[in-house]
Amino acid sequence: MSDNVSGGSGPGSPGEAGWYDLFSRGARDWLRHNEKVREAVKQHLPQIVAGADVLSGGASTVRVPVRMLEHYRFKLRSSNEQQGVGQGQAKPGDRIGRPLQDSDQRGQGGNEDGSIQYTLEFRIDDIVDWLWEEMKLPNLEAKQGRAKEDDWTREGWDRRGARSRLDRRRSLKESIKRRGVQLASGVEPPPFTDDDLRYRQLAKREQPAMQAVVILLLDVSGSMGERERQISKTFFFWAIQGLRRQYRHLDLVFVAHTSEAWEFQEEEFFRVTGTGGTVASTGLIKVREIIDARYSPSQYNVYLFYASDGENFPSDQPQAQAALADLVDDINYAGFLEVAPLAGSMPDSELGKLFLAFAEETDNVGAYRVSGTEDIWNAVRHFFAREA
Amino acid sequence: MIDRTQIEQIEALAKSLGLKYHPVEFEVVPESFMTEIAIYGLPVRMPHWSFGVRYIYQLIQHRMGLSRLFEVVFPGNPGRAYLAQSNSAAENVLVTAHVLGHADFSANNLLFRRSQEQVGEHIVEQAAAHARQIGMAIEEHGLERVEAVLDAALSLEQHIDVDQPLRRPRYPDAVPEKTTPATNDDFARRFAALGPDTARPPTTGAAKRSPIPPHPEKDLLWFIAQYAPEMEPWERDIFLAVREESFYFYPVFACQIMNEGWASYWHARLLREADFLPQAAYVDAIKCHSDVVRPTASGDAVALSTNPYHLGFSIWEKIIEQHGLEYARRIMCEDDDFAFIRNHLTQDLAAELQLFRYKGPAHGTLTVQDADISALHDALLAPKYGFGAPTVSASRIHVDGKLELVHDHVTDGRGLDPDRARKVLEYITRVWRRPVSIVTVNGDNQPLEITVMPELEVV
Repeated sequence: MSDNVSGGSGPGSPGEAGWYDLFSRGARDWLRHNEKVREAVKQHLPQIVAGADVLSGGASTVRVPVRMLEHYRFKLRSSNEQQGVGQGQAKPGDRIGRPLQDSDQRGQGGNEDGSIQYTLEFRIDDIVDWLWEEMKLPNLEAKQGRAKEDDWTREGWDRRGARSRLDRRRSLKESIKRRGVQLASGVEPPPFTDDDLRYRQLAKREQPAMQAVVILLLDVSGSMGERERQISKTFFFWAIQGLRRQYRHLDLVFVAHTSEAWEFQEEEFFRVTGTGGTVASTGLIKVREIIDARYSPSQYNVYLFYASDGENFPSDQPQAQAALADLVDDINYAGFLEVAPLAGSMPDSELGKLFLAFAEETDNVGAYRVSGTEDIWNAVRHFFAREA
Repeated sequence: MIDRTQIEQIEALAKSLGLKYHPVEFEVVPESFMTEIAIYGLPVRMPHWSFGVRYIYQLIQHRMGLSRLFEVVFPGNPGRAYLAQSNSAAENVLVTAHVLGHADFSANNLLFRRSQEQVGEHIVEQAAAHARQIGMAIEEHGLERVEAVLDAALSLEQHIDVDQPLRRPRYPDAVPEKTTPATNDDFARRFAALGPDTARPPTTGAAKRSPIPPHPEKDLLWFIAQYAPEMEPWERDIFLAVREESFYFYPVFACQIMNEGWASYWHARLLREADFLPQAAYVDAIKCHSDVVRPTASGDAVALSTNPYHLGFSIWEKIIEQHGLEYARRIMCEDDDFAFIRNHLTQDLAAELQLFRYKGPAHGTLTVQDADISALHDALLAPKYGFGAPTVSASRIHVDGKLELVHDHVTDGRGLDPDRARKVLEYITRVWRRPVSIVTVNGDNQPLEITVMPELEVV
């Protein structure tokens, strides 16, 4: 700024070192714009949940394409005719291709069309927060009276303790109290005495089990196409996100079945394609085996989500019912997601009816039908509202 | 960078050629600062998210090299000129001369003088004061509430009435009822012959409450600030602050072609006569001149827009060539773009400049129209009427406080875009706090009324 020819009173006068190098109003207002976009997006969470290209892997953000907001003004409706003044060698009657939208055709303060699309990144954690807010659900409670685990918690203060747990704030308070009393009685008090010191204490307390396992059971028979898989996968994703924040440890188990059932790793799970029909009991029995082997209900909160088109072999119905009946007592919740291109949210497939029958009797079973990604939100709401 | 002596030399030359202007303070500022001026119109202006959108557009345009700003001048006493840091020395010679042309224009043009009489001569500081005032409102009332007011006020930015004073009194509360004296009555005649009745105050008829507004009111910012049934004082202040800035912006908008042309004429002329310039600087500056003041299309190319610098410059050159500088100065003082274009863009000049009028379907092939000079004037000036906004007036406040707006579709040629109109009504409703409606026409020219009810405010 040494060559500055300013008269000296301007915003960039010598000595003030150009505040505009440090602060951009445009950027500030742009951030505010983005904040507003986020708010707007928040109100369309269901669509995001449905449309987000979420991966079950480590991704912690979702990218949502958004448009710029338009600050509306009164404008004339778009005319089906255009006219204007041009310049160049043109004779009356000449024909010219259509013009590109020229930027200086805009009036002063005119509105730019929101034609630029860009992507905003949302943290999945934030979205889940919003979801919970939106659903107005009490946080999922881990089932009480089931498994317990011991844990150290901070509890109270003591005059003795390890140096590392000295509570300085509390100690100072004690010191102030003591000095107050001593001053009143005319004694010159020392700043600190050993009696002022307070140490945080730890106590061993039983906690409700904070371990949980979510078993995702997916029907991979021929009738579950790419679209149905995608719906199931998205649903699983959000269901897991909801549970994940309730539990410090959340194990995921992936089981796929056709007329047989296998356990998979997450990466393979969604790519598995099977042939053959749907025999639901195999899947449910597999789940039972896994629970028995690794996730004792006394130590784990067990959740089961099962996605299928629901067309079970009629001959398998009794076995499926028996398997489910066997599971119901040991799990916190079993949700059945019927993925079928039919209207209505009430499942009416073989399996759907089976789950519904249980749902009537107990709180910890639910069933819901989705026909497209736009219904996933409602499904999540349905299951978790029930769970709450 | 520029040196002071050069500015002094150019100023001396300008004064000797008859330029009269308030002192100008020059300041060199970084690119980012120029960008912000381009977005906000003023160096420090109130915050609003819509400026953020313009900011991104500006950045993109800038990246693509579509726009480059050399200078911005703010009229006033003293005037303030900001020069881009990236200007070369040669460019700054030209830019300085250009700035003086603008300073001369804004100190003498009637529209500018009127606006400065009303708004004041320190718009840069005033806008900064508005920004601070709004910043304080944000602290006190929260961003959301202030933003709602700004949403409404800024969307009505162009809806002012520049023919009315900036400080404008409210409508008279009452208008006397017109009473026709019954002169055919014998008694009345004899009674009148007695002379004025001094015992009682004259009864000119019962004062009638005048309807509000008494006539369709174009100045929506003023009208809402004055007559909104439940607006809070700080909200009115924001409306009036936006309105004041609009009064400042109007002459800049309405004289753009003249003003840029005048400044371009003077930078060319001053440069030509500046014999103190080294030859190399002169050549570079002239090169820069021809970049700025060039037709949008050169050679055989055909452009569908015009460059206001080139258009204004060419018209001024023609006027001065034919009628002399004195005559040109008078036009500069008295006219705005409307008069300037209509009176001085002649058929011959339009042909010389290869201006043509085109017409066609919205997404189709355009046809070049016959050379008809008044149609060409209309096409050039069409985007400038009414501050570039549709003609919308407040027509009535109902007993329940509902505000009725009316769109003059006959003047504008077609109805309003209904979706946008509804959104604007939503903005207005948040400060008017009663229903707001607008009457316009639909695509088939049938009346269309849009009404927005206020949302219940959750306390």
